[in-house]
Amino acid sequence: MVDLGGSKVIEKTVDVAVIGGGPAGLAAAVSAKKSGAKDVVILERNSWLGGILPQCIHDGFGVEETGVSMTGPEYAEKYVEEVERLGIQVLKETMVLSFDKKRKITAVNKKGMHKIDAKTIVLAMGCREKTRWNVMIPGDRPSGIYTAGVAQAFINLYNIMPGKNVLILGSGNVGLIMARRLKLEGANVLGVVEILPYPSGLPRNVVQCLDDYDIPLFLSHTVTSIEGKGRLKQVTVAQVDEKMVPISETEKRIECDTLLLSVGLNPENELTKGAGIKIDDLTDGPIVNQDLETTMPGLFACGNCLQVYDAVDLLSIDAKRAGKRATEYISSQKVEKDIWKKAKQPIAQIVAGSGVRYVVPQRISKCGEVQLTLRAKKPTGASKLYVNSQDKTIFEKKLRWANPANMIRVNVPIEKATSMQTLEVTLDGC
Amino acid sequence: MNNFQIAIVGGGVIGSAIARELSKYKLNVIVFEMGSDVASGASKANSGVVHSGINSAHGSLKARFCVEGNKMFQSLADELSFPLLWIGKFVIAKNEEEKKELKRLKNVGIKNKVPGLEIINGAEVKKKEPNISCAEALWVPTAGITLPYQFTIALAENSAENGIKFLLETTVTGIKRQKDHFLIETNKGNFKSEIVINAAGLNCREIVAMLEEPDFKVYPCRGEYLVLDKNYRSLINSMIYPVPVEELGVLGVHVTPTIEGNILLGPSAEFIDDPNDKKTTKETMKSLFLEAKEIIPSLPDKAVINTYSGIRCKLASSEEGGWADYRIEESKNTPGLIKLLGIESPGLTAAPAIAKEVVNIVSRSIELNQKDNFKSKSNKRKRFSEMSTEKQSAMIKKDKRWGRIVCRCEHVTEAEVIETLSNPLGAQTLSSVKYRCRAGMGRCQGGFCTQHIVRIMEKHFGIGVKNMKLKSPDSKLFCGRSRGKQGD
Repeated sequence: MVDLGGSKVIEKTVDVAVIGGGPAGLAAAVSAKKSGAKDVVILERNSWLGGILPQCIHDGFGVEETGVSMTGPEYAEKYVEEVERLGIQVLKETMVLSFDKKRKITAVNKKGMHKIDAKTIVLAMGCREKTRWNVMIPGDRPSGIYTAGVAQAFINLYNIMPGKNVLILGSGNVGLIMARRLKLEGANVLGVVEILPYPSGLPRNVVQCLDDYDIPLFLSHTVTSIEGKGRLKQVTVAQVDEKMVPISETEKRIECDTLLLSVGLNPENELTKGAGIKIDDLTDGPIVNQDLETTMPGLFACGNCLQVYDAVDLLSIDAKRAGKRATEYISSQKVEKDIWKKAKQPIAQIVAGSGVRYVVPQRISKCGEVQLTLRAKKPTGASKLYVNSQDKTIFEKKLRWANPANMIRVNVPIEKATSMQTLEVTLDGC
Repeated sequence: MNNFQIAIVGGGVIGSAIARELSKYKLNVIVFEMGSDVASGASKANSGVVHSGINSAHGSLKARFCVEGNKMFQSLADELSFPLLWIGKFVIAKNEEEKKELKRLKNVGIKNKVPGLEIINGAEVKKKEPNISCAEALWVPTAGITLPYQFTIALAENSAENGIKFLLETTVTGIKRQKDHFLIETNKGNFKSEIVINAAGLNCREIVAMLEEPDFKVYPCRGEYLVLDKNYRSLINSMIYPVPVEELGVLGVHVTPTIEGNILLGPSAEFIDDPNDKKTTKETMKSLFLEAKEIIPSLPDKAVINTYSGIRCKLASSEEGGWADYRIEESKNTPGLIKLLGIESPGLTAAPAIAKEVVNIVSRSIELNQKDNFKSKSNKRKRFSEMSTEKQSAMIKKDKRWGRIVCRCEHVTEAEVIETLSNPLGAQTLSSVKYRCRAGMGRCQGGFCTQHIVRIMEKHFGIGVKNMKLKSPDSKLFCGRSRGKQGD
C-alpha cells in the first residue's frame, strides 16, 4: 500500500500570491514587486507563462501601452523577462485547487501538495470560451466543432490543422483572427456568421481579417442545426428577425467539415465562488471596489476573470493597479489596521443604467477619482455618458461613438459621499 | 487464433454484462463492437436509472429481468466500483384519474414483488420534495441511479481482465452457418465460433437476417434529453415521474438527478426511420422543457446546459401501441444463435439478470467450468479529486504525473488520463477518456484539456494526429499537420 510517511504537504508563506500567469497575472506580479512587496509568487497551471499570448502570433499587442506593436509571444516575453529580473517566484504547472477566507491557498504540482499562506491574493485566472452548449445549437454531435481559441492553439502551438472547410459562428475577436489564420494556412473559410446586426469584434479586426481576405460576414444570421454522424458534414444557417429568432424560410445548408465557435468568453471564477466572494451577474466576475478589491478584504482581482477585455494593453494597465493596491494593503495592515477596516465599508454602489451593459467597479469605499470601465449595450453614434446620483447628474462626458466591442473608460471624481448611495451610469445616443 | 467458442455481437450493456458473466468460466469468448468503445449506443444515452420493476406487466420478461437485475446491482457496484445511489422515485398524480393509475401501478409492482411501495398524499410529498406539487404520489424506494456508461465500461473492462477478447471498431458484415460452427466475417478478418450471441441492439435484425429470415421488425424510437447545470441539483432529491403515457409504451418525460450532480429532463419519444439519427431538435428541446415545468413549475430557463439523445430498440410500432416484450432465446432454425431482441428500457437494469439467463442457455450446449482465478473485483482507485490531501501528496511522491492537472474543471491528473488510455479494451478516443476519468466533461467542455490529452495520446501512445478520434471510427479530430511535418 501507499506509504504516507514522508509525503508531507509543502508549506510556504508569501506577501502576494498571484493566481494565474497570463498577461494580467504577470502585470500584477511585476507591479506588486515594484511597489515594494517582498515575496511575490505566481501560480500558473500551464507549463509556460503568458496565458493565451504565445498562441496569438498576430501583431498589434502593446500599441496603447508602449507605443510599439508586438506579437503575442513578444509581448509576453517582455513581461516574463521582467518577472525574472525582479526575482519573482514562479510555480508553473501548478494548479490552485482552492483558497479560503484566511487567504490559505491549496495548490498541486508535480512536487506535491502545497499550502500557501498569503498576506494578499491577486486573482488573475482569465476566462474560458463559451461552447456550443452555451448557445444551445441542436443537431448531431460530430467531431470538427472547436472553439476558436482551441483551434488557434492547435494550429499555432502544435502544428495541427483542425479542418479544411471551415465556417465560423460568432464574430468575436478570436473568431475574426482565426478566419484570417485559417485562410493563410490554406483552409477554405466559408464565412463568419453573426447573430447580431453588427460584428462583436473590434472594427479593425473586421477590416484586417475578413475584408482584406474576401471572407464574407453574415450579420443577423445564426447556425440552427449541426449534421454529421462522425465528422461534421454540414450546418444549417438562417437569418434572424429583430428578436433574434431564426426565420425558417431563410434556412440554407452549408457543407463544411469544421465549425469554429467564437460566441463569447466567460470569466473563470470557480475558485472565487468557492471562497464565497460575491460575483456580479452582469460581468460574471467578482464585485470589486475602486482598488479592484473584492468583497473579501485583501483579495484583489484583475484581467479577464474580472471582466473580459478587448485588448491586452488596457488589461495590463489595470492589472498593475491591482498589484500595487494589493501591496499597499499589506503595508496599511501593519500601520493602521482599524482605520483601514473602517474605510473598507462601501460608501456607494455603482449600477449599469439604460444603454449600459455593465460597469466595473461595482462599489466605492472612498472619495476621490475613480476609473470606471463599462460597455455599451449596442452601437451608437455620438452619445453622452452620465453618472447620476438619485436625480442629480454628478458627471457627464460626450462620446463620439460607442460600440459594445470597445470598452469605455472614464475617470469620475467622487466627492463627499457621506452615506451609502447608488450611482447610476447611463449612455444616451443623441 | 481466430477460433472461439462464443462470439458476442455488440458491446453495449447487454453484450458487456454477458461477457462479464461468461468470463467466470473456462471459455474462449470474443466480443465484436462496431463503435470505438463499449457503450457507444443506447447504453450510453439513457436516464441512468436502475428501475424497480413497477412499470412492466406482470409475467413479462421485462418485469422478471428488471426485478432480478435490480437486486443484483448493489453487489455488482461493490465489486466493480461504479457509482450507484438508491435515491428512490416518486410517481406523481395530479388528479383523480391519475390517482387511479397510481393504484394500478402499485398493484403491478406488488405482483412483480417490488418491495416498499407506498402511496402518500401531496402534503407528505411536499415535505420531501418542496418543489413538487401533486395530489398523491407512489413512493418507490428501490429505484436508483447509476452512470450507465461507467457501469457498461466496468463490466467490459472486468471481463477483459478475465480473459474475454474485445475487438473495437469491428463490424460484423456476414455470418455463415457451417457444419459445427459459425463463420463470422468482419472488417478485421474472419472468425469462427460455436455460438453467436446477438446483442447488437438496434442492429439485432441485421444480424439475424445474416442467418435466417427474421420474424420481427425493429422500430427505432428516439428519446431526447436536456441536461441542467449542477447549480440546480437541489431542486429535487429523488426521481420524479409522471404517470406513464399509455400510447407509446414509454414512461413519459421525467426528472432524474444524475450521479454527477446534474438533473436530466426527458426523454421524448419519437419513432424515426434512421436508427442512427441521434440528433436533438429545437422543437423537442422546447417541449421537453415545458413538460418538465409541469413537474417542477419553478424550473428556470437558463438551467439547461446540454442536450443528447438515445434510440430505443422497439419491437412494436407506434400503431401497435409501442409495447413489446423482450425476446431472449436460442433460434429454433439456427441452433447456436442466441437472440436478444428488443432490449429497451429497463434494459440497463435487466442486463445482469439477462446475462445469467444467457449463460443458462449457453450451458445447454457447452459444458461450463468455473475458473479458479476469476477476478471479481476491479482495482479502481479513487479519483484524484476525491482523495485526501495526504493521499494526494503520497500519489505525487510515487509518480509526479499525479501532480499535473490536465482537466481544470474536473481536476483530472495526467496520471489518470494515461491510466485511462491504457484501458484493457484499447479504447482510445477523446470520449473514452471523458467517460472514464471525466476529463473534458466539465464547464469548458474540453476547451482547456483537449490539447493536453492530444499531446498525451501522441507522446505516450504514439497515436498520429490524423488517427485521433472524438468517439467513433469516422469522427476524426484533425485533418493533419499545418506546417512543416507533413508526414503524419
